[in-house]
Amino acid sequence: MQAKTSAALPQSYVGTRTVRPDGVDKVTGRARFGADFNLPGQLVGRVLRSPHAHARILSIDTSKAERLPGVKAVVTRDDFPDQSSEFIPAGEMMMNYRDVVRNVMAREKALYEGHAVAAVAATSTAVARRALKLIDVQYEVLPHVIDVVDAMKPEAPLLHEDLYTAGVEPKPERPSNIAKRVEIGHGDIEAGFARADVIVEREFSTQPVHQGYIEPHAALASVSEDGAVELWCTTQGHFIVRAHCARLLGLDIGKVRVTASEIGGGFGGKTVVYLEPLAVALSRKAKRPVKLVMSREEVFKASGPTSGARIKVKLGATKAGKFTGAFAELKYQAGAFQGSPVQPGTMCAFAPYDIEHVKVIGYDVVSNRPKVAAYRAPGAPISEFAVESVVDELAKKLEIDPVELRLQNAAREGTKAAYGPKFGPIGLIDTLHAVEKTNHYTTPLEEWQGRGVASGFWFNIGGETCASLTVNEDGTVSLMAGTPDIGGLRASLAMVAADELGVPYDKVRPIIGDTGSVGYNFLTGGSRSAFSGSMAVVEAAKQIKADLCTRAAKLWELAPDQVAFENGHVKPVGDTNGRHKPVSVADLAKVAGKTGGPIGGVGRINAQGAGPSFGTHLVDVEVDPETGRVTILRYTMAQDAGRAIHPSYVEGQYQGGAAQGIGWALNEEYIYGADGKLQNAGFLDYRMPVASDVPMIDAIIVEVPNPRHPYGVRGVGETPIVPPMAAIANAIENATGIRFTELPMSPPKVLKALKERGLNGVKA
Amino acid sequence: MAKHHVTATVNGDAVEFLCETEETLLDVLRDTLHLTGSKEGCSSGDCGACSVTLDGRLVCSCLVLGCEVAGRSIETIEGMATGETLHPLQQKFLEHAALQCGICTPGFLVASKALLERDPDPTETEIRYWLAGNLCRCTGYDKIIKAVMDAAAEMRTS
Amino acid sequence: MRYEAPETLDTAVALLAGARGDARVLAGGTDLLVQMRYDILDPELIVDIKRIPEIRAVTEEEGGWRIGAAVTGAELKEHAALGRAWPGVVEAANLIGSTQVQGRATLGGNLCNGSPAADSVPALIAAGAIASVAGPRGRRDVPVEDVMIGPRKLSLERGELVVSFLLPPRAKGSGDAYLRFIPRTEMDIAVVGAGVSLTADDAGTITRARVSLGAVAEKVLLVPDAAQAIVGSRLDRAAQERLEAAARAACRPIDDKRGTVEFRIEVAGVLTRRAALIALERARAR
Repeated sequence: MQAKTSAALPQSYVGTRTVRPDGVDKVTGRARFGADFNLPGQLVGRVLRSPHAHARILSIDTSKAERLPGVKAVVTRDDFPDQSSEFIPAGEMMMNYRDVVRNVMAREKALYEGHAVAAVAATSTAVARRALKLIDVQYEVLPHVIDVVDAMKPEAPLLHEDLYTAGVEPKPERPSNIAKRVEIGHGDIEAGFARADVIVEREFSTQPVHQGYIEPHAALASVSEDGAVELWCTTQGHFIVRAHCARLLGLDIGKVRVTASEIGGGFGGKTVVYLEPLAVALSRKAKRPVKLVMSREEVFKASGPTSGARIKVKLGATKAGKFTGAFAELKYQAGAFQGSPVQPGTMCAFAPYDIEHVKVIGYDVVSNRPKVAAYRAPGAPISEFAVESVVDELAKKLEIDPVELRLQNAAREGTKAAYGPKFGPIGLIDTLHAVEKTNHYTTPLEEWQGRGVASGFWFNIGGETCASLTVNEDGTVSLMAGTPDIGGLRASLAMVAADELGVPYDKVRPIIGDTGSVGYNFLTGGSRSAFSGSMAVVEAAKQIKADLCTRAAKLWELAPDQVAFENGHVKPVGDTNGRHKPVSVADLAKVAGKTGGPIGGVGRINAQGAGPSFGTHLVDVEVDPETGRVTILRYTMAQDAGRAIHPSYVEGQYQGGAAQGIGWALNEEYIYGADGKLQNAGFLDYRMPVASDVPMIDAIIVEVPNPRHPYGVRGVGETPIVPPMAAIANAIENATGIRFTELPMSPPKVLKALKERGLNGVKA
Repeated sequence: MAKHHVTATVNGDAVEFLCETEETLLDVLRDTLHLTGSKEGCSSGDCGACSVTLDGRLVCSCLVLGCEVAGRSIETIEGMATGETLHPLQQKFLEHAALQCGICTPGFLVASKALLERDPDPTETEIRYWLAGNLCRCTGYDKIIKAVMDAAAEMRTS
Repeated sequence: MRYEAPETLDTAVALLAGARGDARVLAGGTDLLVQMRYDILDPELIVDIKRIPEIRAVTEEEGGWRIGAAVTGAELKEHAALGRAWPGVVEAANLIGSTQVQGRATLGGNLCNGSPAADSVPALIAAGAIASVAGPRGRRDVPVEDVMIGPRKLSLERGELVVSFLLPPRAKGSGDAYLRFIPRTEMDIAVVGAGVSLTADDAGTITRARVSLGAVAEKVLLVPDAAQAIVGSRLDRAAQERLEAAARAACRPIDDKRGTVEFRIEVAGVLTRRAALIALERARAR
């Protein structure tokens, strides 16, 4: 399964399917995830959570709990100093420290069922549970609001008395639940619609969905008497965790050392802090290590899912199929504190298309639910679901094939994106063609079966990244990266290092360093870790190669420009070519001490030039007209990776995102009672796809190299979740003639719609 | 209240432990026996990350009490490889990139092994339904199913 | 919390009857452990009945089958003869949860957990199964449809437990089937469950039938009207429509996170028809 090699050249790994270096530990159970760490003397931490969706906290009496034998520490809002307002990046979203401290531990109010109100550390689980029951919290229960449209009404229960809608002029006189209004676009949409021969206008609604990582949040903190903090946690960004804990607890950043455990899924949901500041605060008080792990119920009730939303889309086109004007209005729930992904939602909505007149408006709305966290291309799946559905409806009205309609209007190199910048080389058209060429595209369908297609886009980011390479005395290479490896990163970075230095892949040992061992890294998110990490590795390798050349030149008594690094060796070049035998990295490593000391390089970059990744999905469904059950029969997807460092892990991102999209489309949703409490806080009734729910997913890697990356890499992890919901809605429309505009498209809704049109009935 | 004193066999080794009535086998494996390969994803039997075999029967260890396993034999992920030799399933999972984050992998391996021991030649559909109790959020299941089928083929010829 | 694992039925009964606080029977534990973990139950005593031989046995009895209350779904699946006689009962037990859950879950537990959505109960009721109950006042037989009387409410007295189920002898030309509707393909609690057992003569005319519906009322229903709708017929289109109507008429479901009233009623008819067709096909094959 490896690339063909030539006798003289070292093997090239990028683009091949190597076995990941951290794989053996993961298939033997040896790998340590968040809850797998333990320290002697550790205490069990538990969190007391609000049973109310909205309530003023009048008083918290922890005295009885503190007196319970076995309880070593109790913390409440009093243990967290208030924070002034300051916006900071939270993955690809923004958050405000004033809100972070209140989300980590409720302050004036409990703003959602599950909101943390107090936490204890005790000598056993049984004692901790009993201690929680002894904490007396007096609540003044307030009316609550969940739905985004209800929350926008002037008479809605107000979550924050000091929240005034930003982005509107003049500033509103009264506070509301509308945190922000955003707008993007260019041109004149009235003119655009005036030129249209056909206009489609539709409204859509989506429910909140959770990232659904199988590993609950977990943190183990140990604070010593001099205030130094050691923290192990499952996170997508241990440097972010360090910064938040330091800030919330008034610590020097340098005194906090965070080790990222192996992470059992994140998808954006582990880019923020929940348990970590609590563990540190408890450990500081108890003077013993404290371990906190969320139950599955807590994960659903108290960690951020993504927004539920209402979307309006209006799209106009000429008879020939040219889009002339596009409008969308997005209303996204932010949960208890402002910061939904409505901004990226507005930017991505029409991004796949070249449209002269575009306007997208977005509203960020708070409601009594957990604060939303990023979920894979945050904001885009929602807005693009709506737009791609409307594109499909337009295609039907115009009697133009849906792929053809997209090809006609596709963004390409030089297109001015709806959100501003001009695209460089991009692969949308390539993915459309790739899908069109498949056997899937032309396979005949039977009755009650339908086919749907949809495209999608995500920007991807770069960001601050550090990676170090150290050449050991025996010529092996230690690679230290600083972004947690969610699924294959270490393999990809090791492959790049191996190719850059011309050493065998299995001689490169990659690890993810803790915050004390490697320089600052922004978190794993934004599809950036392979993109930026590989850039940093290339930079580190460059330094090593230059250094090796210097050492060899000294040894050979040549001038620096008379040697060069080629194919894993330093050799004399030009006039001196052939004067000395080339020396390998391993050869020079043996004499490192004699030639200047240890050999290493550090890439410290703020990676720029992340390339957007476009994808197109094709799905066949079958609808059971008697029950409304939708079965996914066949799934094909093509996405532009720029350059796939490790094709298997790129395919894995594609397939995983598609499966999450299938769940989002058909069955996943947060179900609230009238009391504002979550009714399906578990994997039984929060219905994620199981193995029998999905077919094989054919993943086609398209490569339109990103000119701003040394290997042409684009981030790939997020785009896959963007097209599935619309592709499936379009397929269901194709099968039944019914356009579904509400997610999830669960059986009761489908059957009801079939019945209303007299379409339900005995399957032939 | 006094704890229960239990002796059992885990991965072929005799073990002895104390547990409270309400402690599950998963709690005992992870917290008392320090075998953290079995994972806790939900504690309600809905995700399969805690899968082990009990006297050869595939079960969720979160649905078995520690005191129920007296005199019984338990196999966990830690017992799957033989010395330095990985089980064909483990090897195929690596080759097919059938894991991304890896948290569900121990559960899938234990469950797949139980399947192939009963049925050495399952169809794709039979594999999917057997493994329906093992949730994966990263892979979309495609490469997992392919790895199991490939391992089954290899085990049939050896 | 005490844990006892008695080896005789009398000891088990005495423990349950004599418990001061809440005492729970532990068979497969797939419901009990979850309820304990999520603070729904906090029993003072757990009585593990798996060491009592008759509770774990599957035996032929006077042409019928006696199944111990704590035989697991997986074990039922591996019992070839039982599967030939009662494929509907066995397939129902093997729809509960996952492969892992089926490795532990039992018919007794599935019934006594008291959920109207229990998968194995409609199949047992359609089969005409009789539960053998032991208690402080001795043994008694209870038709399965009379055991669960409401959500988490059983007609058992304190100290009583279900020991086994007796499935009647199978007449020639009989077949049974269980179908359920769930939104995914596995792992969900039944939104509607339909069990049908019937006997047909050589001409293919149905001579006897029993129909049971789950998840559409406060308990699992035996629906005599639905059975009547098809007895004497060959399950032609008209009989199917009568069957569907009778099934729908019997439903009194609720709206909840798993389904609406409207949906359950509609699908109850569909599934009953489909299950009856499968049962008839199996009957013809025997």
